[in-house]
Amino acid sequence: MTIDKGISATGDGPPTPIEYRLDPASGVPTYLQLVQQVEHALRLGYLKPGDQLPKVRDVVAALAINPNTVLKAYKELETKGLAAGRPGQGTFVQATLTQVALPELTGLRRSLLGWLASAEETGLDEDGIVALFTSVLRDFYDHRGGADHKGGADRHARGEVRADSEGAA
Amino acid sequence: MNVIETSGLGKSYGRVAALRDCTLTVPAGRAAALVGPNGAGKSTLKSMLAGLTIPTAGTAAVLGGQPAGSAAALDGTGFVAQDAPVYKSLSCGDMLHLTANLNRRFDHEYAQARLAELGIPLKKKAGKLSGGQQAQLALTLALARRPRLLILDEPLAALDPLARQDFMGTVMTAMADDGVSVLLSSHALAELERVADYFIVLASGEVRLAGDADDLLAGHRMLTGPAAEAGLVASQQSIVQIRRAAAQAHVLVRISGPDEPVPPGWEAHAVGLEELILAYLRAPGGPAQPGPSAALRPEPTEVAR
Repeated sequence: MTIDKGISATGDGPPTPIEYRLDPASGVPTYLQLVQQVEHALRLGYLKPGDQLPKVRDVVAALAINPNTVLKAYKELETKGLAAGRPGQGTFVQATLTQVALPELTGLRRSLLGWLASAEETGLDEDGIVALFTSVLRDFYDHRGGADHKGGADRHARGEVRADSEGAA
Repeated sequence: MNVIETSGLGKSYGRVAALRDCTLTVPAGRAAALVGPNGAGKSTLKSMLAGLTIPTAGTAAVLGGQPAGSAAALDGTGFVAQDAPVYKSLSCGDMLHLTANLNRRFDHEYAQARLAELGIPLKKKAGKLSGGQQAQLALTLALARRPRLLILDEPLAALDPLARQDFMGTVMTAMADDGVSVLLSSHALAELERVADYFIVLASGEVRLAGDADDLLAGHRMLTGPAAEAGLVASQQSIVQIRRAAAQAHVLVRISGPDEPVPPGWEAHAVGLEELILAYLRAPGGPAQPGPSAALRPEPTEVAR
C-alpha cells in the first residue's frame, strides 16, 4: 500500500534506469554527487536522451535527503543542458555525454591497456601509474593554454554536450 | 513567506536567561537545523515557536506572521517532542481517534495509510511498538494534522540507524509532497548536513550564526600559513577562529565572495559545515550573526596546540 498522491504516480512509464547512492566520506556536496552520478551514467551509456531521472520524492524517501538538494542537482543538470524538466511529470535526459562512437572508444581503450602494460613492466605500481597519468593529464591541458585547461564543466559549456532532440520525445 | 520570524525573542526563568535577543528569519520550504550544546536554548526556542512556552521578551511568529500560540499558528504547526511521546497503554487505532478528536483538522485516511505502509497494526498497543515505530507513530499523528511547519525536538536521539533513515525519509517525503517546512534539532551534525539546508547555531542562549547552508559555506574560508604571520593576517580579515601551532596556523575567516584575495604565502581552503559550526560554537561570546555578510567581528578563539 502506498500513499502516492497522483503527482508521483508510478504506473505511467518505464522505471528509471539509475538509482543514486551517497558517499558521506567523499566530502563532495550531496547535490554534486547526484550531478556527477548522472554524468557518469551518461558517459557509460546507462542513461540516454528521453530517459526519466529518478523522481524527487523517490530519491528523498530512499536516501532521506532534503528535496531541495535533489532539485538543486536537477537544476544544475538543466543549466548544463543535460536534462529538462517537464511540468507535472519529472526531469528527463536531454543530451548525451558520449563524445565518441563506440568503435573509437574501444580502440582508445586498447591502446591505453597497452600503455598500462608497458608502465607496469618498467616497475610502476597502480598508485604510481595514477600519479603519472594525473600529472601528464594536467600538463597536457595546461599547455594547451588559456581556456582549454579548466576541466569538464567548462568544456560542456562550450558545446561538447550534444543535444539530441530526436531522442527526447 | 517566512515560516519563522522572531525579533528580540527571549525567555528568562527568574534571573536565568534561557534565550536572549534572538532575531531570526527562516524562509518557507526549508529544513532548518537548530544546533548547539545542551543548555544553549534550543528546546526553549522550539517550545516558544510551537506556542507551548510564553516569551518574556520580544516576539515570535510562524507561517507568515501568525503570532506563535495563536489559533492559526497552532493549527498549522506540528510538534513532535523529544523521545516521541505516545500513550503507551492505548492502541495505535485509539491514538488516531484521540488525536483526531483533539484537533480541528486530522487526515484519518493519510494516518491509516501511513501506518499500514509502515507495517504498524492499529490494534497493537503503542507501548508494545519498537522505538522506531513509536517515533513513526508520533510523526504520523503530527503529519496527519497537515501542518505547514513541522517542529522536531531531537527526533533521532533514541533511534537505531535504520529507524533514523526511515524517520527522516518520512519527514523529507512530507517536504517533497506537501511543501512542509521543517525545524529540527540534533547533535548528529553529519546526519543534519544531509537533511537540512538552513542552519541556526545557538550557544549560551544566543544565536551565533544563521543562514542558508550554501551561503554560509560560500561566505567562509580557511587560511593556512606560517604561524608568525597569523596575527597580521587576522588583523586584516574578518576572523572567526585562529588555531595556531608552533609553525603553522589555521585562520577561519568570513569572506564577501570567492574573489577575495588570499594573503601572499597563505593557502585558502573551503570549509565544511561541521567544521564551520564547531568553530562558531567555540568562539566565545560572539554576537548574533544574521549571515556571513555581516561585518561584525566577534573575538576570535585562540586554540593553542
